[in-house]
Amino acid sequence: MPQLQVEFVSADRKIWSGPAVRVIVRTVDGEMGVLPGHSPILALMAAGPVRIRPADKDAETVEVQVDGGFLSVEHDRVTLVSDSATVLSGTSVA
Amino acid sequence: MGAQLRVYRQRIRSVQAMKKITRAFELIAASRMVKAQQRTAASAPYTDAITRAVSAVATYSTENHPLTMEKREVRRAAVLLVTSDRGLAGAYSSSILKAGEQLSELLRAEGKEVALYVTGRKGIAYHRFRHHELAGQWSGFSDSPSFENAREVSNTLINAFLASMDDKEDAGEVDEIHLVFTRFVTMVTQVSEVVRLLPLEIVEDDATPGPDDVLPLYEFEPSPAAVLDALLPRYVESRIYNALLQAAASELAARQRAMKSATDNAEEMIRRYSRLANTARQAEITQEISEIVGGSNALSEASDA
Repeated sequence: MPQLQVEFVSADRKIWSGPAVRVIVRTVDGEMGVLPGHSPILALMAAGPVRIRPADKDAETVEVQVDGGFLSVEHDRVTLVSDSATVLSGTSVA
Repeated sequence: MGAQLRVYRQRIRSVQAMKKITRAFELIAASRMVKAQQRTAASAPYTDAITRAVSAVATYSTENHPLTMEKREVRRAAVLLVTSDRGLAGAYSSSILKAGEQLSELLRAEGKEVALYVTGRKGIAYHRFRHHELAGQWSGFSDSPSFENAREVSNTLINAFLASMDDKEDAGEVDEIHLVFTRFVTMVTQVSEVVRLLPLEIVEDDATPGPDDVLPLYEFEPSPAAVLDALLPRYVESRIYNALLQAAASELAARQRAMKSATDNAEEMIRRYSRLANTARQAEITQEISEIVGGSNALSEASDA
């Protein structure tokens, strides 16, 4: 089963990284879900929650509140970049 | 105790006190150094992600953005000098100020007016003493800059740059922005570096990308122009943040080295004064003995007579 390689960084640290099956973000045009096999995209994120469903079934869904930023998707690699982010739930992996 | 000996002992004591202070400074700089390096490492993923995204947009769109456009006529150039808040860091401050002066000379020779922006108290004091006008100044964060500091600096600069876009002539506007900071190479090597920040020249670090590195054909949401609009100020911010972090690491490395050699010098001085004190003590004893011997000889000669 294909997975997404997610990397979530803010200006001064890495917030979360690892394999995931689904990422949901709010872009400036509306909510967007990213599944494996998504076409390459560079989108601006709006303020709102980012939800990452880790590939590990036992792990909690990671929920992060961002105040803007952008995300890029290419070859199942998802890079989320935000200036400031607060982890609401889920373990933060340094 | 002889006067000479007392003076030497006093000097040894005061040099010992100084040695303790410089040693403490050295240790403080060393521990902050580690933190500064960690921060630099922690900010790397963000910088990489932004650089990659910016080059993706630049590659696949022909957007002309104000921040990337060369001005036809450059009248005023901004120079951002990154200096330290504190001294006792060897030649750190003076070498960066010298690099700044050289750049200003060069820009003036090209017929441009120079607007100085300075971070760090040392740089501010240097220019204030010479009655140079500063267009902007920030201080208080030279050894541990936060991203907010970088944002404050970059917002000021970007606004000054964008102000020159309309054709009106404002006092604060600039047509170019140069950045003068100290690049941290290793613990023993830090070099002053001058880069042009705006208009942006996006240069990829690796000249030849491998076959896997080819950027895919991105979709841009909402539009290439909007994405570029949001990305470029962030890119400038991250460049400035990176420069501040490198300058902080360089400052601490320079201070650690300066304090190490100060401690070594103090040790050397203590050794020298101890020798002199020993010689003085020995001379005193010799003199006392010869006085006693001379006195007793004189007495016995007197009784023999």
